[in-house]
Amino acid sequence: MGLLSDPVRRRALARLVLRLNAPLCVLSYVAGIAWFLALAFPPLTQRTYMSENAMGSTMVEEQFAGGDRARSLARDFAAHRRKSGALPVAWLERTMRSVGLEVYTQSFSRKLPFPDETHERYMVSGINVYGILRAPRAASTESLVLTVPCGPDSTNSQAVGLMLALAAHFRGQIYWAKDIIFLVTEHDLLGTEAWLEAYHDVNVTGMQSSPLQGRAGAIQAAVALELSSDVVTSLDVAVEGLNGQLPNLDLLNLFQTFCQKGGLLCTLQGKLQPQDWTSIDGPLQSVQTLLLMVLQQASGRPHGAHGLFLRYRVEALTLRGINSFRQYKYDLVAVGKALEGMFRKLNHLLERLHQSFFFYLLPALSRFVSIGLYMPAAGFLLLVLGLKALELWMQLHEAGVGPEEAGGTSGSSPPHPPTQGVGLASLMAPLLVSQAMGLAVYILPVLGQHVAAQHFPVAEAEAVVLTLLAIYAAGLALPHNTHWVVSTQAPDRGWMALKLVALIYLALQLACITLTNFSLGFLLAASMVPAAAVTKPSGPRPLYAALLVLTSPAATLLGSLFLWRELQEAPLSLAEGWQLFLAALAQGVLEHHTYGSLLFPLLALGLYPCWLLFWNVLFWK
Amino acid sequence: MAAAVRISLLVLLLLGPGGWGQAEPPRDSLREELVITPLPSGDVAATFQFRTRWESGGGQPWGQGGTDHSFLRYAVLPREVVCTENLTPWKKLLPCSSKAGLSVLLKADRLFHTSYHSQAVHIRPVCRNAHCTSVSWELRQTLSVVFDAFVTGQGKKDWSLFRMFSRTLTEPCPLASESRVYVDITSYGQDNETLEVYPPPLTTYQDVILGSRKTYAVYDLLDAAVVSNSRSLNVQLKWKRPPENEAPPVPFLYAQRYVSGYGLQSGELSTLLYNTHPFRAFPVLLLDTVPWYLRLYVHTLTITSKGKENKPSYIHYQPAQDRMQPHLLEMLIQLPANSVTKVSIQFERALLKWTEYTPDPNHGFYVSPSVLSALVPSVVAAKPADWEESPLFNSLFPVSDSSSYFVRLYTEPLLVSLPTPDFSMPYNVVCLTCTVVAVCYGSFYNLLTRTFQIEEPRKGGLARRLANLIRRARGVPLL
Repeated sequence: MGLLSDPVRRRALARLVLRLNAPLCVLSYVAGIAWFLALAFPPLTQRTYMSENAMGSTMVEEQFAGGDRARSLARDFAAHRRKSGALPVAWLERTMRSVGLEVYTQSFSRKLPFPDETHERYMVSGINVYGILRAPRAASTESLVLTVPCGPDSTNSQAVGLMLALAAHFRGQIYWAKDIIFLVTEHDLLGTEAWLEAYHDVNVTGMQSSPLQGRAGAIQAAVALELSSDVVTSLDVAVEGLNGQLPNLDLLNLFQTFCQKGGLLCTLQGKLQPQDWTSIDGPLQSVQTLLLMVLQQASGRPHGAHGLFLRYRVEALTLRGINSFRQYKYDLVAVGKALEGMFRKLNHLLERLHQSFFFYLLPALSRFVSIGLYMPAAGFLLLVLGLKALELWMQLHEAGVGPEEAGGTSGSSPPHPPTQGVGLASLMAPLLVSQAMGLAVYILPVLGQHVAAQHFPVAEAEAVVLTLLAIYAAGLALPHNTHWVVSTQAPDRGWMALKLVALIYLALQLACITLTNFSLGFLLAASMVPAAAVTKPSGPRPLYAALLVLTSPAATLLGSLFLWRELQEAPLSLAEGWQLFLAALAQGVLEHHTYGSLLFPLLALGLYPCWLLFWNVLFWK
Repeated sequence: MAAAVRISLLVLLLLGPGGWGQAEPPRDSLREELVITPLPSGDVAATFQFRTRWESGGGQPWGQGGTDHSFLRYAVLPREVVCTENLTPWKKLLPCSSKAGLSVLLKADRLFHTSYHSQAVHIRPVCRNAHCTSVSWELRQTLSVVFDAFVTGQGKKDWSLFRMFSRTLTEPCPLASESRVYVDITSYGQDNETLEVYPPPLTTYQDVILGSRKTYAVYDLLDAAVVSNSRSLNVQLKWKRPPENEAPPVPFLYAQRYVSGYGLQSGELSTLLYNTHPFRAFPVLLLDTVPWYLRLYVHTLTITSKGKENKPSYIHYQPAQDRMQPHLLEMLIQLPANSVTKVSIQFERALLKWTEYTPDPNHGFYVSPSVLSALVPSVVAAKPADWEESPLFNSLFPVSDSSSYFVRLYTEPLLVSLPTPDFSMPYNVVCLTCTVVAVCYGSFYNLLTRTFQIEEPRKGGLARRLANLIRRARGVPLL
């Protein structure tokens, strides 16, 4: 700190920051992106390893052999489901009871804020069925959950069959130390959310549900199962949960262990693990997997029923059976054995899973990047904002004075310059107006859907999305509206001060987001930082404007959708992309209201107003 | 069976001479009995009970006036799970150990194959005469297990002593004055018997247990006819109509306890008390001990039944003292007929000192079960029994008057996570953060509070100072 208290050195530092600002910024940005891409390459990715002693060294022998039973149960379930058109609650209760479980049901209902067009639901009511296998001689203090979310159509019936067959097998064993809850939820994630809220006796999302009759203590871990065919070619595992939360890495390691043990083909983000890490192909493939994971995590959506468990500190993941055109197929016994092994090892747990990482990125199923290694990537990007802010601060402080003399006077004369012309009022007006715009984007679409639907020939869901876009676009007219309050004296300082505030605001927001959801923070930083850094009211304005629009939060979302489909090897046409974009907006708003996902409020209340500030800077007069 | 009884706990109750057994007890008498109750679910419950009495040397140990409350202690260890280590010393207390009598059935590998296991030792002084001038000691040992038809029976629900314990009974314990096996043969349906026992019992016994009339087949091992035929007694149960897989009948009173909320800051303890009696309300005494590291907010205590607030007629609350004593909350609550009463109280999770965490802090911390004591209205009128004459198991279900019976229930213990530091590298973290904070704070504070002034550097060194000295002496202005 002697560096800062010594005026001479301080002056030198200031000169350095001012003179080399642009190259430093470019360097820092490039370093950030390069660091991120390098995460997929071996020195930065490490092999995963089991940290939890209770699950590591112990051997279990899987004895599940109920493949036929699982298939016949699945057929029965599908038949009953088709007949009744809803979840066959009575059949499930009877079957669960006949395999020796304690069976309970829970009914729930929820009116969505507006009709959900992708899932075709609005007023939802359903019944969850769950059976508890009580561990012998234990006091029901801990439990594990195996859950099967059932959607409106009769998919997932094989998962129900396998779950029931596993329950029958588990019931005959005496080694259980934790209760096991077998849960079938209706309306997939809505049912899961209703059950979880009732289990923990909280109401987070305004769900109406009947209280639970049976409980089994603190849930230690959960596995969600999705299977829609009698045979599978591979098992896909999903870890990304609500708001980008991830389960403890040990749970994934556990799954991977049993994949290897059973010789199953297991994938992550639908991608096989690269075999060859020495040539360039392996890491390139893992870059794709990594990008897919980043996009999934950044979306903040629960990618499977497991995602909702994470809020309650229940480590959970989703297993999906994939049936593609490969030659070799596995039957339900193989999947059942993997699940049996996982549950037996989870049964050994003495403590909650806590030994391994909670923050990680996965370039492949058996490779991970820990938080210490990926954080610098975001750090470099945020450094750009810091450098720019520093430059502006110095320029404001020493306006009109050359850097040489400025260094000398900066400390001694607490000076007229900063107060002169940069009135609080001129800053407050754009700040308040842009925040108000954000608030409007957040509140008005859902609030005004009926008004919009009455006056325009659109359905409610469309009305919400279109209102959202309209208000969003209306924000672009903001600079012209705020000019009347802004004093025109010393215009240069005005935009500088505003940009300084905007930079700091953006840097703070992105830093906070990065700490909780690295992927979202990184994506937003990568897209928003360059435009934020270069924007100023002089120079090639149309170019800056185009850049700003292209990197606004909504455009980032659109771009991410294209990138996502590209990586999944299912590229989008422009029209499809637009449709998907509209659907994603509606889903984002809905998920905020139904599951408490934070992406929509974050963008509407935080980043969009911040972005508007930069737009304001650009059109400063 | 209520979920509430599935707990293992250690209760130590020191009671003064009560008014229970007032008759002259025989010296060194052992009574042993085994009660087998086939449950409607197809499971079978077996309860062993052994009672020994002996004369104590002195007179009465405590004062005349019944229970002395200063000797009343209550302690719970909710974490302990019963295992073979608990069974072996328990068996050694028996006069015949496990050599003869009913205790030959106590084979650890079978007993720990069960789905429920509860083991107890009760010791108490018993007055030997009406004025209680001399006292005997009574040691009662009970062991209850529930055999799970699913796990051990491979789907079959018929049972025999041999299949349950892999042993049969051959002879009574030579020291025993009474050695009997009771089998519950009450028919559950409206029609005639649903199950039969073999060999056919010589006598039967009828009584009212937990508010319903029960019939027991009695096998007295001291009766030579029982064992003589094949030199061994292997009681067998056969279901005439195998029980259906239905939800088991619900008891009039049961309870459930859970922690609600999520996150590591606060939470709520909720206890649900179910009264399923169709028309009778009855009071319940609820005793809660909560460890001090859950800081209870007593003003949030709410009791609701059927959507309305339920005011307890008696509340005793003793607040916790950190590291000294737990919270104690005792309430008398009236449960309306056919209702669910929810008792909830919010708490905040305390941050422990780092040496106070258990070796496995991420497992969570146990909260002991609530204890419910109630006089549950009975359907069938029971006559108060004569304790000395009736079978021992009657004393498990004491009846105060004919219209109700006494029940004590323990809810499940709870597992609560407390905010836990990452113990894997506390030293590194503490060192690093302290250093960073110290360095940054110190210098930033320095920078922020100090004003900087440019000082003209002094030119000239020693020569100038010397010149100034001379000038000062001369009285001319300094350089």
